Amino acid sequence: MGFYVVQCLSGLAQASSLFLVAAGLSIIFGVTRIVNFAHGSFYMVGAYIAVTLAERWAGGFGFWGAVAIAAFGTGLLGVVLEMLVLRRLYRSPELFQLLATFGVVLIVQDAALAIWGPEDLLGPRAPGLEGVVRILGRPFPKYELLLIALGPLVLGLLWLLFNRTRWGTLVRAATQDREMTAALGINQTWLFTSVLFLGSLLAGLGGALQIPREAVNLHMDINIVVEAFVVVVVGGMGSVGGAFLAAVLIGQLQAFGILIFPQITLVIVFLFMAVVLVVRPHGLLGRPQALARAAGNQQEPLLRPATPAGRLVGAALLAVLALLPALAGDYALTVLTEILILTLFAASLHFIMGPGGMISFGHAAYFGLGAYGAGLLVKHFAAGMLPGLVAAPLLAAGGALLFGWFCVRLSGVYLAMLTLAFAQITWSVAFQWQAVTGGDNGILGVWPDGWASPRWVFYYLTLACCAGGVLMLRRIIFSPFGYALRAGRDSPLRADAVGIDVRRIQWLAFTLAGTFAGLGGGLYAYAKGSVFPNLMAIPRSVDALVMVLLGGVQTLTGPVVGAAVFHTLNTEMVRHTEYWRLLLGVSIIVLVLVFPMGIAGAFRRRERAA
Amino acid sequence: MSDVILSVEALNSFYGRAHILFDVTLEARRGEVVALLGRNGAGKSTTMRSIMGLIANRSGSVRFAGHDISRRQPHEIARLGLGYVPEDRRIFTDLTVMENLEVGRQPARTGAPHWTPERLFTLFPNLGDMRDRPGGRMSGGEQQMLTIARTLMGNPSAILLDEPSEGLAPRITEMMAHAIVGLKAEGQTVVLSEQNLHFAALVSDRAYVIEKGRIRYEGAMAALREDEEIRSAYLSL
Repeated sequence: MGFYVVQCLSGLAQASSLFLVAAGLSIIFGVTRIVNFAHGSFYMVGAYIAVTLAERWAGGFGFWGAVAIAAFGTGLLGVVLEMLVLRRLYRSPELFQLLATFGVVLIVQDAALAIWGPEDLLGPRAPGLEGVVRILGRPFPKYELLLIALGPLVLGLLWLLFNRTRWGTLVRAATQDREMTAALGINQTWLFTSVLFLGSLLAGLGGALQIPREAVNLHMDINIVVEAFVVVVVGGMGSVGGAFLAAVLIGQLQAFGILIFPQITLVIVFLFMAVVLVVRPHGLLGRPQALARAAGNQQEPLLRPATPAGRLVGAALLAVLALLPALAGDYALTVLTEILILTLFAASLHFIMGPGGMISFGHAAYFGLGAYGAGLLVKHFAAGMLPGLVAAPLLAAGGALLFGWFCVRLSGVYLAMLTLAFAQITWSVAFQWQAVTGGDNGILGVWPDGWASPRWVFYYLTLACCAGGVLMLRRIIFSPFGYALRAGRDSPLRADAVGIDVRRIQWLAFTLAGTFAGLGGGLYAYAKGSVFPNLMAIPRSVDALVMVLLGGVQTLTGPVVGAAVFHTLNTEMVRHTEYWRLLLGVSIIVLVLVFPMGIAGAFRRRERAA
Repeated sequence: MSDVILSVEALNSFYGRAHILFDVTLEARRGEVVALLGRNGAGKSTTMRSIMGLIANRSGSVRFAGHDISRRQPHEIARLGLGYVPEDRRIFTDLTVMENLEVGRQPARTGAPHWTPERLFTLFPNLGDMRDRPGGRMSGGEQQMLTIARTLMGNPSAILLDEPSEGLAPRITEMMAHAIVGLKAEGQTVVLSEQNLHFAALVSDRAYVIEKGRIRYEGAMAALREDEEIRSAYLSL
């Protein structure tokens, strides 16, 4: 009995920590409608600042003073983020905001690496709370009891702040209708800044309070932000009460899940989220989002088939690509092969994001499934390359068919989170199912057949598959199916009314996109000679998003340009500096600020203006 | 005549590439009630939204209380004392009546009536009985009153009232007309847009008629009522 009580209590302590972070994320989303990827980075920074200060200042005041200053400092960091970056993006498409905050994640990662180094840092215990108490005969850390109390306390304070102060009233008003709030004379600039302060402060507090519990390291940011997203989405975006409820449920699920299914702990939480979203598409306490009433609502530019000149440029590009092996060396061919594969990967994501209007945070799942489709055949059946390249898109299509069925039931951020959940589930299966996938060791020796092993042959094979895939996706966009897909994106209601089964079309599109991503993944496996779980990890999905967004979502050349620019930047930066994340992060932010419509989009606009 | 508080000259507005308003010119003097009449889609709401700065893509001159507001942000315009009541009410449904009023509250302004919740509840008695009711659980008529009361909490020197009678039951429309006449008695300048000529005639001193984004007529309300030709050309269904 005592064991279960203690387990439940540690679940509650975990819930409190999660709640602090998730509440901040939820508040920021509620008002600014920005899904702030950098929230986890603030959590990490809070922890680092607290560790540094607590070591320097011993004693009771030292520890708590360090926590307080860490929280406050992180809040200020949020203010800086708002004033320098977010403020310029409130009218941009939400994906650009997301991308910019991801740029901040990269910058903070490298800044933390430069300041605090790569080693884990251990924080001091909280003075006066080092010991344990006995609960039904079982020891339980006193510090955890403090955390358990802190969750409801913060929930209460936030409630008072939002319901009993003018500031809270204004924030709730702006959450619902920004334009009307402005028309009533409320300057939202400072409102948004203060919300970023509060939200980031909560993240920093959450991080600082972790230092007696776990080592501070450079991976805290992504881990916590994904967990916090899950909590916020399960609770309902923008609902602080919902975040609390979800944090408690997930804390318990983790505390007891580890006893029952120690092998799939990673999966349980995401499965829980998937179930909640299918049953309640807006989270436990969330409500359907009113369309954010911002002045910047713009229509999607129309996609047009290539003009004769455009076709000529395309054909010329293909010709150049076909001639390159005669000129380029092996290294250049390797990089080009990768760019081609990434282009197909990006184009497949673009297909559901642009014409489909479905944002996927987890597109790497299908890329990875493709790679594993090829890899598993090699590992278990010693199959050759051609069967592998057939299995790759098939396995990915199977995954996309299954996951897509759930995903198309949702829309917007909820859909994006569900795709992320499925990607994480796929990743954990690959990571934890040692016997079949080799787990973290991956699958090695996935090489092309003899005839295709020269670099230039494999390059031509990749060119044929990828150019073929990209052209086929283009062709589909301008087929009746593509029109139906775009109709469903622009107005599901009207599309429904003219007899289009929007869900089925979206499901099919999702599956198609997964299939082409899988083909890319299969090629990638043979290009690299190996398959690892990190092919499906979050950073890979983000890479794809960055490529599509860099190129411009509502352009057809976008994914091609985006993939080329992204991969070149990435490769060059890694070659020349240790701090490539910093550079990449800065480049992403600059690009987002300078080209709010993506690179290809900006050129098209200029062309039109001329 | 008395001094002009709001003057709009050669206002042009665009939604994306669509040109909506063409050289709209109008003015309102202190203490008068001006009606902007026109059919559905004639450009009434767009005119009001453009004056308020809610349509970014606009050109032309808009002067209010001695300030050029043609390039100002909506919240700056509101703080100069120009109130805006949108056509679709835009009540904060999660907020109570009192909280909705709180969002609109601004400091007192010299030369403009000073409104408190208590004074507003005498103008709109229904609202006083439901102070803690969430905006989402009010009838359309109650919401219409609340949206006007909310704007008045900013103590505006003039208000833009977009289709105050739209979608209201006849009894409520009558109350609304009384309220507007009450505002005029307080010395409040009102520019209202209407499709309902009868309603506008009850409360307005002067009228403009807008059609396809252009002002077609300008004159005293009484004169417009007599002008069969204008009425049938631009106003009748």
